[in-house]
Amino acid sequence: MGSFEYLRPASISEAIALMEGSGGRGVYIAGGTDVMVLIRQKKIFPGCLISLRNIGDLAYLNTASGLAIGSAVTHNAIAKNEFIQKKYTALTDATNKVGSLQIRNVATMGGNICNAAPSADTACPLLVLDAQAVIAGKDGDRKVPIDDFFLGPNKVALKPGEILKGFAMPAFNGRTGSAYIKHTRRQAMDLPMLGVAARITIRIDGDEIGCKDALCTIDNISNILRRFEDEKLVCEDIRIAMGVVAPRPMRAKKAEEALKGKVISEALFEEIGEIAASECQPRDSIRGEAWYRRDMVKVLTRRAILRAVDRVIRPDDMIWPERLW
Amino acid sequence: MKKEINFTLNNEKVTVEADTQWTLLYVLREVLEMTGTKEGCGYGECGACTVVIDGQAVNSCLYPIMEVEGRNIITIEGLMTKSGELDPIQKAFVDEGAVQCGFCIPGMIMSAKALLDAKPKPTEDEIKESIEGNLCRCTGYVKIIDAIKSVAGGR
Ligand SMILES: Cc1cc2nc3c(=O)[nH]c(=O)nc-3n(C[C@H](O)[C@H](O)[C@H](O)COP(=O)(O)OP(=O)(O)OC[C@H]3O[C@@H](n4cnc5c(N)ncnc54)[C@H](O)[C@@H]3O)c2cc1C
Ligand code: FES
Ligand code: FES
Repeated sequence: MGSFEYLRPASISEAIALMEGSGGRGVYIAGGTDVMVLIRQKKIFPGCLISLRNIGDLAYLNTASGLAIGSAVTHNAIAKNEFIQKKYTALTDATNKVGSLQIRNVATMGGNICNAAPSADTACPLLVLDAQAVIAGKDGDRKVPIDDFFLGPNKVALKPGEILKGFAMPAFNGRTGSAYIKHTRRQAMDLPMLGVAARITIRIDGDEIGCKDALCTIDNISNILRRFEDEKLVCEDIRIAMGVVAPRPMRAKKAEEALKGKVISEALFEEIGEIAASECQPRDSIRGEAWYRRDMVKVLTRRAILRAVDRVIRPDDMIWPERLW
Repeated sequence: MKKEINFTLNNEKVTVEADTQWTLLYVLREVLEMTGTKEGCGYGECGACTVVIDGQAVNSCLYPIMEVEGRNIITIEGLMTKSGELDPIQKAFVDEGAVQCGFCIPGMIMSAKALLDAKPKPTEDEIKESIEGNLCRCTGYVKIIDAIKSVAGGR
């Protein structure tokens, strides 16, 4: 390894000042699970590392209105948070599956987002949860919708010296659920070959949620969707996001449009999958081929939506049978 | 660029003159000559270098030495008692036949230690989660899981 200085500022403003003084050769380091690997692989040669680990103002987790998470909160702290498990479940799904426990104990969500790999696991959940990136610069804070934060592979909307302070997410009503599905070849320690997240707010125009029983069984998906249709389960609001299918994590906005305000039905569900697949531009890579990714987008989009609906209808069942859908 | 770092290692205070770019693993193995902690991949993938920092299992190969200041670190060398007796987890690994070539074992045991200290009676899923980041190319994991389970049951 080349030689570099290691600085441990105690505040955001001190960190920004150190970065300014580094002559363009400083690199911020949070958990270091991306930075240290890049250094060890001799892909970057920083003049100094500026550590964000000792800055209390980056380590908040606040649930007073919506959800506010500091960039330096670790994946494990997010995964184990009960409020997030209940209300922002897609984040639990994602943070629980990053790397290994050893990685999750130190790696942060801010690092995951600033590194901006197309496969970053927390990106899709943040996209569907309408997160805003809170950015600190030398002239104060600014907010950017997370959808505008990703510019391309490893490129984000931070100006030189700026620090990602954290994420702000709105509160959703009680008829809202979310889910993230990470598609991998092995269960642990694998980057996703595909990731899909969904958040849905539902409304039931009929007077009974009979489909609750259907969701508890291992009924096949057609029957469940028919119940949704019979009981007029309306999709009031929807977000769908896909990872590893484009240079950056992306929303499936056309698919969202097609579902919004409609009664969920089997025919519509088929269509949503097709639309989402037509919106993405996957490539062949060592983790999977483009045609396969595109086909799996159809499947996983539907599964993620159904899982999100399931979480509204059966909120106490965090553990559900792994069904074919 | 050398700096002085102070931390607690296996319940003893230590001071090390460290280069700012060293990792904790490098300091353990090359400076303190405690070679119980292994280097497999050096990139966070295999878990051979797992140590426990402030109660949490961490990959020491990615941990900058400069972040160790003031922290409490336990390595495999810290498990044996002063009189030379093995820790119950180490004993269980031996008794259950969970060790073959042994290269992954210090890391496995440190992962198990962090788990059992936080949760003396973990479920099988929690045991599996705790060693998710530890690769073993010999045992097939079953006996390792059995060993951790046997400690959990015996406590
Ligand atoms: C073995 C292994 C397995 C992994 N598995 C996964 C996985 O399954 N899924 C996944 O998505 N990722 C995975 N990763 C990648 C990595 O762990 C994550 O991206 C992690 O969240 C990065 O967080 P960090 O705190 O370690 O980031 P760091 O390495 O500290 O930083 C990453 C980048 O973000 C910048 N940065 C960090 N914080 C800020 C901030 N607040 N403001 C401005 N810039 C900042 C840094 O300068 C750097 O460029 C894995 C990595 C390893 C080594
Ligand atoms: S040597 Fe650290 S994880 Fe492999
Ligand atoms: S015993 Fe050989 S690698 Fe685990």
